[in-house]
Amino acid sequence: MMPAAVMNGLMYGSIYALVALGLTLIYGVLHIINFAHGALLMLALYAAFFLYSILGIDPYLGILIVVPGSFIFGYVLYRFMIGKLAHGKDQNILLITLGLSIVFENMAMLFFSADQRTVNLSYSFETVDLGFVLLSIPKLISFFASLVICFLLWMLMSMTDLGKAIRAVAKERQGARLVGIDVDKIFAATYGIGIACLGAAGCLLLPIFYVDPYTGNLFVIIAFTIVVLGGMGSIVGALIGGFIIGITESVGGLILGESLGQIGISVIFILILMFRPNGLFGGKT
Amino acid sequence: MGLLVLAIVLPLAIQNNFYLDVLTIIFFTAYLGQSWNILGGYAGQFSFGGVMFFGTGAYASTILWTTYGIPPIYGVFVAILAGAIVGLIVGYASFRYGLRGSYFALITLAFAEMLRIIANSVEFTGGGVGIFLNFEPSIMNLQFINARGFYYLSLGMVVISIIIAMWLERSRFGAQLIAIRENEDAAEALGINVLRSKILAIMIMGGMGGAAGTFYAQKYLYLDPPIAYSIALSVEMLLVTIVGGMGTVFGPLVGSFVLHIVTEVAKHLIESPGLSLIVYGFILILIIAYLPNGLIGLFKGLSGKRGK
Repeated sequence: MMPAAVMNGLMYGSIYALVALGLTLIYGVLHIINFAHGALLMLALYAAFFLYSILGIDPYLGILIVVPGSFIFGYVLYRFMIGKLAHGKDQNILLITLGLSIVFENMAMLFFSADQRTVNLSYSFETVDLGFVLLSIPKLISFFASLVICFLLWMLMSMTDLGKAIRAVAKERQGARLVGIDVDKIFAATYGIGIACLGAAGCLLLPIFYVDPYTGNLFVIIAFTIVVLGGMGSIVGALIGGFIIGITESVGGLILGESLGQIGISVIFILILMFRPNGLFGGKT
Repeated sequence: MGLLVLAIVLPLAIQNNFYLDVLTIIFFTAYLGQSWNILGGYAGQFSFGGVMFFGTGAYASTILWTTYGIPPIYGVFVAILAGAIVGLIVGYASFRYGLRGSYFALITLAFAEMLRIIANSVEFTGGGVGIFLNFEPSIMNLQFINARGFYYLSLGMVVISIIIAMWLERSRFGAQLIAIRENEDAAEALGINVLRSKILAIMIMGGMGGAAGTFYAQKYLYLDPPIAYSIALSVEMLLVTIVGGMGTVFGPLVGSFVLHIVTEVAKHLIESPGLSLIVYGFILILIIAYLPNGLIGLFKGLSGKRGK
């Protein structure tokens, strides 16, 4: 039982990491807590779902459509709403993104109804025998795909001009502006990349999970826990944090039972916030 | 004062229970909003998990009544105490470590989630099945035969909450909270015991929330973890306060009135689940963007201009 729980935790952990990556990136550059993260993940799940149910596009292929779409959505959302309306105050952004999440969730409720939806792919129930544990094919694909996407994001951040500009803005806003970087555009682009991570996570999550208007809520605390665990703004931290939380959740469920098992995440979150608010791997805030 | 008299005689004119129920919910939310206002509006500490006091209080008096037969008129004091103790624990845990702003908002959310999971997993709360309460109208049980009784009870709660806020605005303690909101380091430097003041504020919030829990359980007769620790209620108490005006005596009441009336009208126009919350979300965004002092700030601004 235990190895199976650990493997299962790893699989989900990689997707949690992807969700948290978007959050930590946005925090690291914009210094805002994106409370709409869960709701935007829910929208990405619906996007992947409708691509499959209406156009018959496999969710894993859907990444090619949902990720660019999410980037544009995030870019526009920041450029024309969040950035404009918040007047640069931290708590305003928290409340505006809270307002957005209420709007998105209930619009999904209005248009898509409260039904839980899942997809059944031709290979949904196929498994691989690793000797000590059976793993489903979709989980394996999701696991490796999210690792690849994390790697691509790391490449984007460290190798490209855009990545350099983002890191420059994260380090020193005024300085970046002085050397000719359009800081407002970089903010919007960062938010867009963060939401694009959610787009990918949505496509990878759909085949092994379900979607309804409130799915996003399940991931809000998980993502925040990973981000504070790994250190706000740290990409590597988010990845390791994702695995730790994924394993904690599935092992906790095994030991404490399904209902009480969820408590592990809240407890870790509270303890980390109290004792190491900069995270296990984070530097100074 | 005139409004209060109107509120007292109103049920004599309105025989329709529907309107009295809407008013009761308006007062109930305004009361919870005021509890949030003390910590969020005056002391500047935004909590996203305000429901934890409400839920804990609701369970405290309900379990005392259903399991031990202690009537809610005494149980409500235990509920207040339970809420205040939760406030003490959460406040001490987070303020002692200097958590502020968004971090504090998130840790309160996590505490509320933790309590929800615990309530869902243990026996004495009835677990996921929840607890059904009996309807035995009497003043000892804080239950009433008609809507009018609950209306007056909720009106009384709102009046008490407004008196607390008025006292706060005039007291030294209130001034200390405002000083903390404006600049915590400066407040500390002036010799204000910041930790103690913030913990006291969250305990007042907790006690008020606990009493609201008893009221809710006695009126709606059912309690389960998703209701007791509902994220939606946490959001609603901050919403009415921000819309009405944070750090003002009448802000939560004004916000609660406006939001509920908008909701009721929207419900009449379009019958659909979720619509009222979409409206809530938009109003929240617009208020934050254009009216940072809420509706009360708008009135004040207008009358101020007229004065000149």
